[in-house]
Amino acid sequence: MSAEFNQNYFALFGLPQRFNLDSDALDTAWRTVAAEVHPDRYAHEGEAQQRVALMMSTRVNEAYRTLKSPLARARYLLSLAGVDTQEESNTSMPVDFLMAQIEWREAIEDAQSAGDTDALDQLLTQLRQETKALETELETALDQSGDLDLATVLVRKCRFMEKLEQEIDEAAENVLSSAAPSTQLD
Amino acid sequence: MSTMALLQIAEPGFSPAPHQHRNAIGIDLGTTNSLVATVKSGSAIVLPDSEGRSLLPSVVRYLDDQGQVEVGHNALYEQSRDPGNTIASVKRLMGRGREDIDTQGSLPYRFVDTPGMAQLVTRAGVKSPVEVSAEILRVLKQRAEASITGELTGAVITVPAYFDDAQRQATKDAAQLAGLTVLRLLNEPTAAAIAYGLDNGSEGIYVVYDLGGGTFDVSVLRLSKGVFEVLATSGDSALGGDDFDHRIYCWSLEEAGLSSLSPSDARLLLTRARTAKETLSEHQEAQLSAQLSDGQSVELTLSQAQFRSISQQLVAKTMLPVKKALRDAKITVKEVKGVVMVGGATRMPQIQQAVAKYFGQAPLNNLDPDKVVALGAAIQANMLAGNKQNDDWLLLDVIPLSLGIETMGGLTEKIIPRNSTIPVARAQEFTTFKDGQTAMSIHVLQGERELVSDCRSLARFVLRGIPPMVAGAARIRITFQVDADGLLSVSAREQTSGVAASIEVKPSYGLNDGDISRMLSESMEHVHADIEARKLREAQVNAESLMEATHSALAIDGDLLNSQDREIILQAIASASEAIASENTRTINEAVNRLNQITEPFAARRMDRNVQRALKGQKIGEL
Repeated sequence: MSAEFNQNYFALFGLPQRFNLDSDALDTAWRTVAAEVHPDRYAHEGEAQQRVALMMSTRVNEAYRTLKSPLARARYLLSLAGVDTQEESNTSMPVDFLMAQIEWREAIEDAQSAGDTDALDQLLTQLRQETKALETELETALDQSGDLDLATVLVRKCRFMEKLEQEIDEAAENVLSSAAPSTQLD
Repeated sequence: MSTMALLQIAEPGFSPAPHQHRNAIGIDLGTTNSLVATVKSGSAIVLPDSEGRSLLPSVVRYLDDQGQVEVGHNALYEQSRDPGNTIASVKRLMGRGREDIDTQGSLPYRFVDTPGMAQLVTRAGVKSPVEVSAEILRVLKQRAEASITGELTGAVITVPAYFDDAQRQATKDAAQLAGLTVLRLLNEPTAAAIAYGLDNGSEGIYVVYDLGGGTFDVSVLRLSKGVFEVLATSGDSALGGDDFDHRIYCWSLEEAGLSSLSPSDARLLLTRARTAKETLSEHQEAQLSAQLSDGQSVELTLSQAQFRSISQQLVAKTMLPVKKALRDAKITVKEVKGVVMVGGATRMPQIQQAVAKYFGQAPLNNLDPDKVVALGAAIQANMLAGNKQNDDWLLLDVIPLSLGIETMGGLTEKIIPRNSTIPVARAQEFTTFKDGQTAMSIHVLQGERELVSDCRSLARFVLRGIPPMVAGAARIRITFQVDADGLLSVSAREQTSGVAASIEVKPSYGLNDGDISRMLSESMEHVHADIEARKLREAQVNAESLMEATHSALAIDGDLLNSQDREIILQAIASASEAIASENTRTINEAVNRLNQITEPFAARRMDRNVQRALKGQKIGEL
């Protein structure tokens, strides 16, 4: 495989390697590169070319997915610096943060059992605000102070927030599905 | 096309040959009707049969025990007379097990009690839904061949976006059985978006609401500068116009005080129900009359209001996937610029009204909902075949359902989430839990639910050849790759030793390669064609097109190679040319494999160059 495609994800899209990323520029670069490497472009060519296209477009989509999500992007930057964020193994978090997690979970459960999608939407807005604040801290830690230990803790916190967001999504989906008509046909 | 001519025009130093048009077709393999379309002189057209009819009813009737069949209008006409041997709506059975199929009431078929994909008993023997579908595809292929000059390069076949891996694989198998080269499996709503978007020069967020005969899809797309980006898709692969017929059928049984009907009476009444449904798209009332086999006559009048009320739940049932797709796409109703209606069933006024009400805008009906999918497929087929087109465009589609594996306690662990842009791959590491363990079984599932029993079983992969080590020491990296057809493949490698484990696939609802070969030879016997001759011809065509592609790549990007690499490639081309002349299928395939292997680094370098060029072009464009 050629050098360019083993480059890191930022270089692949011709973007500067930092946390603060222009999301629109990433979208445009992804569409540009994806268009070049997509298997559809090579369907009439030889098998070798098609195989390369499949590999490369898979990599390009993975790169896009990684850089698009602030959490995955931060994790990726840390991995480039040789830091393992240990999100699954290291779950020791500050007590106040864990208390807040419990409160979030209770609020989500309450809203789901009340079938209140508005309350779930509100929780989601609030959650995204708090995540945003964490991301601002991440930007400082990664792009300015270079404090990788702090960045690692922040990534772990963001991972908790991401799980909460998934729970809100699932709760909303459950409310939607139970409000739907019975699936019994006859 | 002669090989010598090819070599002459593409000799190094010469510019590549002026492009020859390649014939490619798009096929909409529908539950109720199927169509074939192609691009001629720059525009997509649906190809009619000799009597000028575009739609081919997706009905196959087995005439005798020799496997003679009739497909389409004639089969449809005989359906109520010979229900057991006349297979309709076979799409609903594709990649489905016996236990998935709701046979209560409407299906007059005899099923074989086997695990895996449902099999039907007909007078021509046991038939798989793949074989039945292949009969439909064969007729469409012949229809296309009658209207083109030269050889058929390949076909794009559409599938419901919500089809799972087993259903997609079954469709591809059917095409292979019918002797078609599949250029791509294309999602139906995406096909519609291509036909619609390229016709209207649209930009912005569009929703495609596709209610077919037996499947329902909804896709949310962003159209921007020639890129069709699917943001999310959802649906119900067992909901369609057929269910509305069934509602009317049940209503008529109740109104006429009928209980158990013979298969042919049931078929007759269902046919009348469908006619009534179609009438109600144009009129306020429909008459439903039928003469049953015992002499009893059914005379009923169904009003639009009554139909609306008995089908209310079905209409509501389509709105749930609409909401889910918008949620997944993170798009609000207000951001939707237009809603494109696809599928004959969207002609029902209650559907039009429900969609208009939800989106707060009139849905778009300016393309024939029966034809738009086939037209979009033809446009993509034309592009994939490498024909020059007026607009440069690209499609980025997604996988509709999450892929996962079974973990401890009957739970599913998601590996690739739904609505990931394809192609996509994820790797996961596994370890052994016994000392000296050399084999391991992986159960692959598709679906969103937590319990294995609520998801769809796709296949069990058995890995063998793991080097024996103490428990927990082996690190087996398994890669799940979904290609541009939305089809899954799995590969595995033991990390510490670098040994590639061999994988044996046991599809839960699919056919294995042996089944396909058997069906292929059976169908060949039936048409008295020589299977070996066909394989040889396919190998030759394949080799010729690879040689042509390699020559044109050398002409464009030959400067990326040093003279030695170039010489090696030219030699491999020359060997391929000799192999073609040898008329030996195996020799040809070996030469093709070698040429493919040798050109892979060149292919990668070419693609790199294109990417760098495109990124630079984009930067210049921004200034």
